[in-house]
Amino acid sequence: MSARRSVRLAALGVLLCAGGALAAPASVLLRDGTVHTGTARGTLAHASVLLVGGRVAAVGTGLTAPAGAEVVDLKGRPVTPALFGGVVQLGVVEVEAESSTRDGTLKLGQMRPEFDVALAFNPDSIPVEVSRAEGVGFALLAPGTEPGRKGAPGSSIVAGLASVARLDGRRPRPPVALEVLVGEDAGPLAGESRAAAYMLLAQALEESRTPAALAPGEERLLTAAGRRTLKSFVTEQKPVLFVADRAADIRAAVEFAEREKLRAVIVGGAEAWRVAPLLARAQAPVVLDPLDDLPQEFDRLGATLENAARLHAAGVTLIFSSRSAAPHDARKLRQAAGNAVAHGLPWDAALAAITSAPARVFRTGGEYGSIEPGRAANLVVWSGDPLEVTSLVDAAWLDGHRQSLGTRQTALRDRYLAKLRAGTAR
Amino acid sequence: MRIRHPRAAARLVAFIAGAGAATLAAALPADPYPSTYVAAAAPPLLIRGATVLTGTGTRLEDTDVLVADGHIVGVGPHLDAPAGARVVDAHGRWLTPGIIDVHSHLGVYPSPAVSGNSDGNEMTSPVTANVWAEHSVWPVDPGFDTALAGGVTTLEILPGSANLIGGRSAVLKNVAAVTYQAMKFPGAPQGLKMACGENPKRVYGAGRNQAPGTRMGNVAGYRAQWIEAQEYLRELAGYEAKLKAGGKAAEEAKPPKRDLRLETLAGVLQGDIAVQMHCYRADEMAIMLDMSREFGFRIAAFHHAVEAYKIANLLAERGVCAAMWADWWGFKMEANDGIQENIALVDAAPQGCAIVHSDSEDGIQRLNQEAAKAMARGRAAGLPIPPERAIEWLTRNPARALGIERQTGTVETGKMADLVLWNRDPFSVYALADEVYIDGVLQFDRAHPPAVPRSDFMLGQPAAAGVVP
Repeated sequence: MSARRSVRLAALGVLLCAGGALAAPASVLLRDGTVHTGTARGTLAHASVLLVGGRVAAVGTGLTAPAGAEVVDLKGRPVTPALFGGVVQLGVVEVEAESSTRDGTLKLGQMRPEFDVALAFNPDSIPVEVSRAEGVGFALLAPGTEPGRKGAPGSSIVAGLASVARLDGRRPRPPVALEVLVGEDAGPLAGESRAAAYMLLAQALEESRTPAALAPGEERLLTAAGRRTLKSFVTEQKPVLFVADRAADIRAAVEFAEREKLRAVIVGGAEAWRVAPLLARAQAPVVLDPLDDLPQEFDRLGATLENAARLHAAGVTLIFSSRSAAPHDARKLRQAAGNAVAHGLPWDAALAAITSAPARVFRTGGEYGSIEPGRAANLVVWSGDPLEVTSLVDAAWLDGHRQSLGTRQTALRDRYLAKLRAGTAR
Repeated sequence: MRIRHPRAAARLVAFIAGAGAATLAAALPADPYPSTYVAAAAPPLLIRGATVLTGTGTRLEDTDVLVADGHIVGVGPHLDAPAGARVVDAHGRWLTPGIIDVHSHLGVYPSPAVSGNSDGNEMTSPVTANVWAEHSVWPVDPGFDTALAGGVTTLEILPGSANLIGGRSAVLKNVAAVTYQAMKFPGAPQGLKMACGENPKRVYGAGRNQAPGTRMGNVAGYRAQWIEAQEYLRELAGYEAKLKAGGKAAEEAKPPKRDLRLETLAGVLQGDIAVQMHCYRADEMAIMLDMSREFGFRIAAFHHAVEAYKIANLLAERGVCAAMWADWWGFKMEANDGIQENIALVDAAPQGCAIVHSDSEDGIQRLNQEAAKAMARGRAAGLPIPPERAIEWLTRNPARALGIERQTGTVETGKMADLVLWNRDPFSVYALADEVYIDGVLQFDRAHPPAVPRSDFMLGQPAAAGVVP
């Protein structure tokens, strides 16, 4: 490789790291904001945040701007960590109804825990751009699941690996969680009985622990890579996402995880409030949609808008996610959080459920979920209460770079607003 | 607007029954499945000191609203409470007309969403103008109750969008009942659900290798139906002319065979049934507007209308409403150009008629929040939208699209007392309906929730009972 070529590659590397933002991160002082730090310091009134070199350098009152720094007067407006978009298929589904734009679900009919859906992540996806402009900075990119249809194979009760997707254009972080079905959705993938999910999981775990113990010719569930992957979730205590809504299934999942020494996170959790003491005791976080309140499935007969408030009161860690898992809904998660507040959840706990809690549970290495010195600058300035539906993003920084709030959607708006003003929208 | 059955068809029924047409026709109900809804007796109601969004573009501060016999009888400052009246102190709270959702599948796609209850799409033929959505409504659907808690007092239940012509809609009052007839909005006209675009061509073309398989196939499909309906009306006219002529011609006159599909389509061409048109793309809406002129019928509203903002002036000029979501988009190609300013832009066109609809058992519970989002986006785009304007998207405009604007949709003297008392400005994520009245009857009271679920399905369910030790 010539020296000249390597220089060009290095420059390209800088561009890629910057996620399309050409300039190096400038120093910025955000002055006189209401700073929701996502740390033990809580919310700081009339506080400033100093960003230097893409990181938060200081948070507090009485900060002064270094020479050459941009100063933004927030006039009391709220600042939050960049939001979590939920457990969604951001970057791997463009238009749900068009199969050619979907990469989110593995349908081999085999148990492949090593399936890493994040390898398909497309940072240029429009739902990624739109979510980013709405204050979403990260999400848990998890594989989808689907029963087999018309003789074609479906997915597996072990759906594959989940990773933290970063919405600023960088690659997703390394896989951090494993998604497993044990509730209603497990039945069609486990011989028409959800009971078999535990049988198959136990068998797979046994294979991963003692692969040599299998007799020659005995049918294996896992590949060698699958065994290594599964084993790592036991040895490294990484979160295993158990998808379940019914109280009995949640209980069974937590007990199974304890037996198998897995670190359980419940996803779905419509009836989680009914087993709140168990979840608190087991320190199992719950990923839920606070808007779930109808028995859309028999597994959700106990769904209630007070689910989040009751779990929080019992000491359970909450993370919010839209039940749809649609990438297009990631931006609506803060509305769901606001509704949880309307139905009894303390405001701070609602914000934590879309910022600090997922950042901690999904091990973002301090990259997301808080505003504190030394951390990457991933934060959003809001026009008002960030959980309020009438509030909008005023400014956003991801990995220290100020983000454009323009999207394909705002371009469409501007084109047709001009026509409307001319009376020619026809 | 009372006619819910084509006039000509009603006469046919009379003739087939074998009696003198004039006398029997008068004896037959216009609607063979008539409303049995009667509002319960309730004492007069005086709501005192609310901030009232009237639905007519006005906000009245510290205003009283008086209700008697199910109707609003007074709106103004310092009204006197009649003897025996229920008096509600609403200072600091907001009063609006009851919310009307023009696009719901509650009852026809109820919870739980299991095959035994799935009755929303008669997906057996691309044209099922013969079916009536009301015959699929399961009044037990718990979704009616959660919608009520969100302030929904009236809703239009539609067939799904698999078919080019899906069937007749039903307008219901959101009251607990054993039969749908006891929910049926008295005097509300029926609508006809039709669908543009991807769904019919996917279900029939891609799914079954039959027509329609393309958008041009869709349009050919509708036009063939209207041509048949025109022919049916001509046959009817010929038959009626013979009857009128009297003598031997009248004696030998034979009516066309009764046909439920053609009765519906003829009802549309005669103006008794308005079309509720599922349509996403701007170009397709323009095609449907041309088609409505070609055959002479009325489209009341385009539903979903994700690209309505591109033709906001055209829709306004043609007097057609657009019923939209605040921010659902992108799940299929015809939803790819959704923008959050859609509702505000449609509203901003002179004489524009914007409606916020749900098409969702979840969204219907929070239509106020959906309107709030659209309001905020409109304001950010430079369109001044006060709450007294945005409330029209949820009340007066949907009433207009359903043909019930003379009965409900606004807080005005003489209107049905369909009212929602909110704990604060309803355009907030924290706003909750404290009380919901339908025809002056308190149907939802947040402070005093029912001890047991209203829905029979939820009654006695252990899962809703409590924490497991």
